[in-house]
Amino acid sequence: MANHFFPAREKGEKIFLHFCGFSAYFTFCLVLLLFGFFLFFAFPLLKSGGYFLLLVTPWQPLAGNYGIAPMIAGTGVISLLAVCIAFPVSLGAAAFCEADLAHKNLVRWIRPVFQLMTGIPTVVYGFLAVFLLVPFLRKAMGGSGFSILAASLMLALLIAPTMILFFSDAFRAVPKEDLRAMTAMGARPEEKLVFLLLPRARSGIVAGLLLAAGRAVGDTLIALMLAGNSLAFPSSLTEPARTLTGHIALVMASDTQSPEFRSIFACGLTLYLITTLLIFFCRRLMVAERENG
Amino acid sequence: MKAPLRMAIRSAAFAAALGLFFIVIFLLAALFVKALPVLDMRLLFGDTPPMEAIMGVRPVFDGLFPAICGTLLLVICAVVLALPMGMGAGIHLALSASPGTRRRIGFCVDLLAGMPSILIGLLGFSIILFLYRYFPFITPGLLPAAASLACLILPYLIRGTWQAIHTLPPELMRTALSLGASPVQALRHVLLPAAKPGLTGCILLSVGRAAEDTAVILLTGTVAAYGLPSGFWDPFEALPFFIYTTAAEYSSQRELAMGFAASLILVGLCGGLFGLAALIRRTVQLKIFTGKLS
Repeated sequence: MANHFFPAREKGEKIFLHFCGFSAYFTFCLVLLLFGFFLFFAFPLLKSGGYFLLLVTPWQPLAGNYGIAPMIAGTGVISLLAVCIAFPVSLGAAAFCEADLAHKNLVRWIRPVFQLMTGIPTVVYGFLAVFLLVPFLRKAMGGSGFSILAASLMLALLIAPTMILFFSDAFRAVPKEDLRAMTAMGARPEEKLVFLLLPRARSGIVAGLLLAAGRAVGDTLIALMLAGNSLAFPSSLTEPARTLTGHIALVMASDTQSPEFRSIFACGLTLYLITTLLIFFCRRLMVAERENG
Repeated sequence: MKAPLRMAIRSAAFAAALGLFFIVIFLLAALFVKALPVLDMRLLFGDTPPMEAIMGVRPVFDGLFPAICGTLLLVICAVVLALPMGMGAGIHLALSASPGTRRRIGFCVDLLAGMPSILIGLLGFSIILFLYRYFPFITPGLLPAAASLACLILPYLIRGTWQAIHTLPPELMRTALSLGASPVQALRHVLLPAAKPGLTGCILLSVGRAAEDTAVILLTGTVAAYGLPSGFWDPFEALPFFIYTTAAEYSSQRELAMGFAASLILVGLCGGLFGLAALIRRTVQLKIFTGKLS
């Protein structure tokens, strides 16, 4: 409904419209404010070039090093692993739901569960894993069980529904005529999936992947509860690690001038930049797709 | 494509879908089984008589009542704060914004929706710290937490309102205008009633989002044990935070089971809200495609 001309007749209507416009720009300002705040608090670091130094130095408060390199490594490893686990599973599940591979009634029973998964709070995933997954890993792998692996597995479960939703939408957006044409030529559902649905849905799949990666990077509670929050560089998958989000939640320094507090904002700025980049590319993909088809 | 390859593809998809399905069912079942022993009135109110607890005469010590109340209060405040803004912005974007504005603000809405919630919590926390210097009565508490949560759910409300109005058939607006209604009258008497199911869906979704989030309230004013908040600047208890602290510092089997019960309640609440929203959305689509808009 493209109606750019939307004049008001009375004073009340004018106020209402101004309020609507104001709210829209408020959101705009909120995002800028968020960025400004991180920039403002991390500014002393940025000015001295210390921000980039922080990104590569370890966290050794006694030696005066407040680097966030271990947290960046932790976030990177945990999110990457989670996405790697969740991607094939979600692709399979989305294909199961959309590509006629299974009986319709079976899909009708299983799809609502995937929809329900989007409603399960992250703290519940964390809580369940602390008492179900962690003891199991402790027995199987040794160590405390609070490890990168535990966090990645639960994070994979958390981001799977997001991916399934995106992939399903991408599959459904493929024109029905093309599918029918392939059926008429005698293609099986599997062949339709591999030769038509997957290539056509590529940008949707990549967009879903980026968005899910954003969720994995931004999630706090699972990493905080399961990753063990150790400050050392992680050296294997069964070792504990700390993420950027977990670091922000754990270091509650109230002195705004202390280096710990600044390091939180360095973490925040890093997270903000990562999220912005991911969403920027995700949006570009979606827009490009809309213009092509 | 050869038959074995086809078989492999099909079984991989089956394995992925059914595996995920059974993991989720297993987790939910485990949650239910572990929570079962404590599912009674004592879970909510501890040893306090229920009526007195609800009237606020006597405090509840080892029950979930304060946490549930805290979450409800928090969600209500957050939605009250965010709803006018969200709907206003959605209406602006759907009806009167130029394409350029729509793109710019749309990007910001997406960005805000994808922002890690802890960053919004951190923003709220630093604003509280900043204001505390000039207005010492501002401390972490119910209102700051609700305001931060409002920022968190704002993008969902904007998107939802925008979509709900945008997907309406354009004839609705044109007919209303040609009958002599002013655009705002058309909006109020025709478009908004027609978009009501979509709007309800997005409100439910954002309520669920506000209820489940832990990272924001972790930084802006929730505490482990406080009782009912008596003012807007009071700290409060909340279900997600109760679950988080129970995982780390439970001291008895009963407390652990209460953690499971709290998780069950939270899953029920959020899952129910999300499910309801999905149901409403499906009804809306049906209505739009069959053209029966009442």
